Amino acid sequence: MVKPLPFEEPVVRLKDKIEELKNITDDAHVDMTDEIRSLEERLQKLEADIYGNMTAWDRVQVARHSERPTTLDYIAYLFEDFIELHGDRAYGDDAAIVGGIASFGGTPVTVIGHQRGKDTKENIRRNFGMPHPEGYRKALRLMKQAEKFGRPIICFIDTKGAYPGKAAEERGQSEAIARNLVEMAGLRVPVISIVIGEGGSGGALGLGVANHIHMLENSTYSVISPEGAASILWKDAALAQQAAEAMKITAADLKEMDIIDEVVPEVTGGAHRDAAGQAEAIREAIRSSMDKLCPMKTDEIIEDRYRKFRNIGVYKEGEN
Amino acid sequence: MAIIREMFKKNKKRYMTVPSEAAKDMPEGLMTKCPECKSIVLTKDLMKCDKVCPDCGHHYKMTAYERVDCLFDEDTFIPMDEGMKTVNPLGFPSYEEKVNSDAEKTGLNEAVLTGIGEIDGQRTAVAIMDSHFRMGSMGSVVGEKITRAIEKATEEKIPFIIFTASGGARMQEGVLSLMQMAKTSVALSRHADRGLLFISVMTHPTTGGVSASFASVGDINLAEPKALIGFAGRRVIEQTVREKLPEDFQTAEFLLEHGQLDAVVHRSEMKKTLSTLIRFHTKEAR
Repeated sequence: MVKPLPFEEPVVRLKDKIEELKNITDDAHVDMTDEIRSLEERLQKLEADIYGNMTAWDRVQVARHSERPTTLDYIAYLFEDFIELHGDRAYGDDAAIVGGIASFGGTPVTVIGHQRGKDTKENIRRNFGMPHPEGYRKALRLMKQAEKFGRPIICFIDTKGAYPGKAAEERGQSEAIARNLVEMAGLRVPVISIVIGEGGSGGALGLGVANHIHMLENSTYSVISPEGAASILWKDAALAQQAAEAMKITAADLKEMDIIDEVVPEVTGGAHRDAAGQAEAIREAIRSSMDKLCPMKTDEIIEDRYRKFRNIGVYKEGEN
Repeated sequence: MAIIREMFKKNKKRYMTVPSEAAKDMPEGLMTKCPECKSIVLTKDLMKCDKVCPDCGHHYKMTAYERVDCLFDEDTFIPMDEGMKTVNPLGFPSYEEKVNSDAEKTGLNEAVLTGIGEIDGQRTAVAIMDSHFRMGSMGSVVGEKITRAIEKATEEKIPFIIFTASGGARMQEGVLSLMQMAKTSVALSRHADRGLLFISVMTHPTTGGVSASFASVGDINLAEPKALIGFAGRRVIEQTVREKLPEDFQTAEFLLEHGQLDAVVHRSEMKKTLSTLIRFHTKEAR
């Protein structure tokens, strides 16, 4: 049983009611078919209403759902023969970022993604999906390897942000992220990034300088968490709900600002309700990006990425 | 005697005014008191020595224009994109007013001054961030101005130098601010591809998204003494790791010790250092 989120409660209550009536029908031999049918119709309407009118904050909750599929879940659905490759060759292996080589419908690709855990134990091992510098350096090592062998790169973005810790600072968290941005800009192979959960600031962007960026419908991408924004802007983290709206962090917002290429629709209620079904929608998005990007020449690939990021920004031109 | 002296001291303290943050950073009055060693100098003298305390070597924050005076040969600097204007893409209340008020205060259109000038006769593109403008935070205009300066350097095949001073991304422009990190990076990648020199000079403070993009990827990374440089804020880290951080944590010297910087350069040596580095990278020298 998937844990319901607060905004889903009316749906869950109605579902329980229907279940109850069904049980009564079975046990007491009372025919409630008509009632059940009318309630089921109401449920459909209610679901359409609730899931069709999700607020930014609702989506934040879905994006953070403990059972939301992670990078490794999608890798299992989308690729064959995945071989995980470890380590940055300089300091260690960061379990908050996973990467390796796999086959996507017969084409060898390099896959990299943030990896959080689904329970406390795994979350501690994976540092809640918040990478240290060695994670970004491992990612860069695998990207350079992909470039050498002409493999497309697919990145899954799912992090609250790069880890704000003492050791991370000592080992150059800033440099690790910054290096990835510049190096990704110059990669001679196609790069496709998909935001599958939270896209938290620089820590997300470190895997995000891609030719195509896709976002799952209920994922978010932002410069700071809603809580952080609320505490900086209004000195009150409790105003996170308002901040989530004001900061424009949903997939639809980013599509409207022309920052991302495509919003990947989610299954009703969010990806955690049907990971396999969600993976198919992602497969479509990757497939369509690969079809567009793979035939491009090296120079075109780099130029395409340059154009994409060069044009982001809103300002008024003035006279000197 | 001692008691009398003590009383005298106390009296003095009672009537002393506490200077505001702004007063500490911007010597406007006749005299300026160093926030580090508390010694008092004539503001006129302070300006003569590049805003460095003659007693303890404290580097005061500089405005972008002050840096231009320190760095470039006289009358060689030509600014770029001075008329570009910030808009309010997310519709944050009173955002434009805040930007306009800082523009008036600093004489800049945004938190960075860009342009081209000569350093000992060597043509160089530069971007100088100014922390007196919205904490030097980076929004669309800052990102665009820096990108254009890099592109100009690429086009003219000249070095690019950036002086960073920034609290990070501009919150009020949301994810558009974040994406300026990527925008400047794609431009730097092109500049690097042409074999051109990029020097980053980190000044106080350089944190967040600015530290995690162009500031950290110079061919040569320099910093001013004692400058605060880091990815995450000190308070955030202390809350995360629940331990006391060392006094010098995230200072230029700390970064140097941890292999994150090429050198810490005193302001009085900065022009000479940059000029020499540029000379080493000219065609004639190679």
